[in-house]
Amino acid sequence: MAVIEYRDALNQAFAEEIERDPNVFLIGEEVAEYDGAYKVTRGLWQKYGDKRLVDAPISEAGFIGMAVGASMLGLRPVIELMFWSFCTVAYDQIINNAGCVRYMSGGLINCPIVIRGPANGGTNVGATHSHTPENWLANIPGLKVVSAATAYDAKGLMKTAIRDNDPVMFMENTLLYGEKGEVPEEEYVIPLGKADIKRAGSDITFIGHGRAALTALKAAEQLADEKGIQAEVIDLRSIRPLDEEAILASVAKTHRVVLVDENKPFCGVSAQIAALIQEKAFDELDAPIRRVCTLDAPAIYSPAVEKLQLPTVERVLEKALSIL
Amino acid sequence: MIDTTAETEISPVDYAKASINASLTNEEKIRFLRQLYAIRNFEHIALKHYNEGKMGGFLHLYIGQESVAVGACSLMGENDHVITAYRDHGHALAVGMGMNECMAELFGKATGCSKGKGGSMHFFAPDKNYWGGHGIVAGQTPLGLGLAYAVKYKGLKGSCMTFLGDGAVNQGVFYESLNIASLWNLPVIYIIENNRYSMGTSLERSSAFKNCLAERADGFGIVWDIANGEDLYEVRAKLSTAINRAHNESRPTVLEVDTYRHYGHSVADAKHKGGYRSNDEIEKYKSCHDPVLLWRRRLVEEGVISEADADVINKETRLEASASVKFAEESPAPAIESIYDDVYYEVDRQTEAGRTGRHFFND
Repeated sequence: MAVIEYRDALNQAFAEEIERDPNVFLIGEEVAEYDGAYKVTRGLWQKYGDKRLVDAPISEAGFIGMAVGASMLGLRPVIELMFWSFCTVAYDQIINNAGCVRYMSGGLINCPIVIRGPANGGTNVGATHSHTPENWLANIPGLKVVSAATAYDAKGLMKTAIRDNDPVMFMENTLLYGEKGEVPEEEYVIPLGKADIKRAGSDITFIGHGRAALTALKAAEQLADEKGIQAEVIDLRSIRPLDEEAILASVAKTHRVVLVDENKPFCGVSAQIAALIQEKAFDELDAPIRRVCTLDAPAIYSPAVEKLQLPTVERVLEKALSIL
Repeated sequence: MIDTTAETEISPVDYAKASINASLTNEEKIRFLRQLYAIRNFEHIALKHYNEGKMGGFLHLYIGQESVAVGACSLMGENDHVITAYRDHGHALAVGMGMNECMAELFGKATGCSKGKGGSMHFFAPDKNYWGGHGIVAGQTPLGLGLAYAVKYKGLKGSCMTFLGDGAVNQGVFYESLNIASLWNLPVIYIIENNRYSMGTSLERSSAFKNCLAERADGFGIVWDIANGEDLYEVRAKLSTAINRAHNESRPTVLEVDTYRHYGHSVADAKHKGGYRSNDEIEKYKSCHDPVLLWRRRLVEEGVISEADADVINKETRLEASASVKFAEESPAPAIESIYDDVYYEVDRQTEAGRTGRHFFND
């Protein structure tokens, strides 16, 4: 199997879907001639030209709204936000138009768009560029929210997201774009709404999405090495729809849960998962659910401190040991 | 601006002679009169029942502006699309939506055009190239851009007439849309229905401009024009030029149409009479600038219709509106279970994607 970077796995997904469906086009700031701010779309403009790779002016509300309108007539735009943080200037278009138009039209319209880009802290660019808006968006019935942790997942989930007939908000991560992973040569897709057990274990369950799932995985390896404790690691991959069965099955197996989440704790994704577990698996729990989230303040610039603001392996281990 | 101190005279330019109007048959002209009366009577009847507490939410009446939607929508070809804001009943009826489905939507019934899920501000009929019905001021302006983008992407000769009010011109996303429209040569037509008040704030108190609002398009290199909205011939003539520009040059247009609403911003607008606008002003528009009466008078003068036949059309559309109330009242409310329908396409269709994972989170 080829070992490629996360960014190139996404790039393959775009190329394959552009070739598969003439209605698919990529639009965003610097996605075409510049090759993408993070080189995710490199080479695609040279190969597929102006119609399929569209450089947009810095007008997120304008071009996202435009893409929503175009999707109502059957086009399938894949829209890049250079940072997901910039969704704030296009929020009306995302929430009210992409998120509500199907409902308010009584199902006459659907909106097959993907909005994608990095949604992470940890790169020392300050609070306004470091938001993790997956919880904001997952709060809107009508939107779907996906988060990819590995190259394999990024490609398989992106292909599915592009083919999905509802608006899919796709969370990537600048810290992961250069991470390599195995990606099959043959075509594959990953369904939305299916979690992935990144590591099987029987003593405790770690649940996360995106880079937090990888942090949990590192903590699980260390826990096994140092303590002989086997943690199961569940990567949600899709937040809405959510793989509730996978979560509950793991809780029923291990009876202990630590939620790892790069969201802020208040109303974060992990808060929803915790509510779900206590509602549906209260009797399975042998200990309180613990959470490791991004520390509850705006993202700090200071490089030395910001890495500690995000969930760390140490904090995951500390919480895990507190309930074992 | 329209000079409201004088009664309307025949315009110096007689737009009846424009080729798009000169070719109209008497039947078509009478059909426009029927549409004008249909909108007028639909809304008068809706207002009556709104005041009886039969409906929820807002009711933004289009009465006084009917000639704009009727004139514009009369020009739609196969690939010409329409999208508007929340004052959307007129456009809906003008594209051919039925009174029953529209009235039932106001009543919040399952038989409504949006199954009772949208309400007054959210009428849709994609099969008639009508894309709403949008509640957030100027939120529809990039959607119209996108419809035009899709028309062009598919290699079709078409356009999207994107309506907005004079209040919407001060939203940023409208300018993002104008920039993209011009930059990418998109066949979008922005029609500013300038009824002179954004809710209770007059044009002069809300907008900085030299001569008119449409002139702002100059900054984007977009051709603009103004039209007297009370003259259906002029609306058609000016928009016909814009549509030809969209079809043949794939270039946008901004058209500002002077018009006036006889009622408040919404029915709940208590200060519209003698508050932010004078009773004299309202009465002047009603008596001298009513587009329905002006079109009727024009057709009578042209010998196209008799006063008696015009009265019949008025009466027939009033009866149709009354019948739509009966239809709405007798229709069922949506079932509570239907609240989860029409959220996700994949769930509605029960596709494999729609059956994978949990989509709703109540208990």
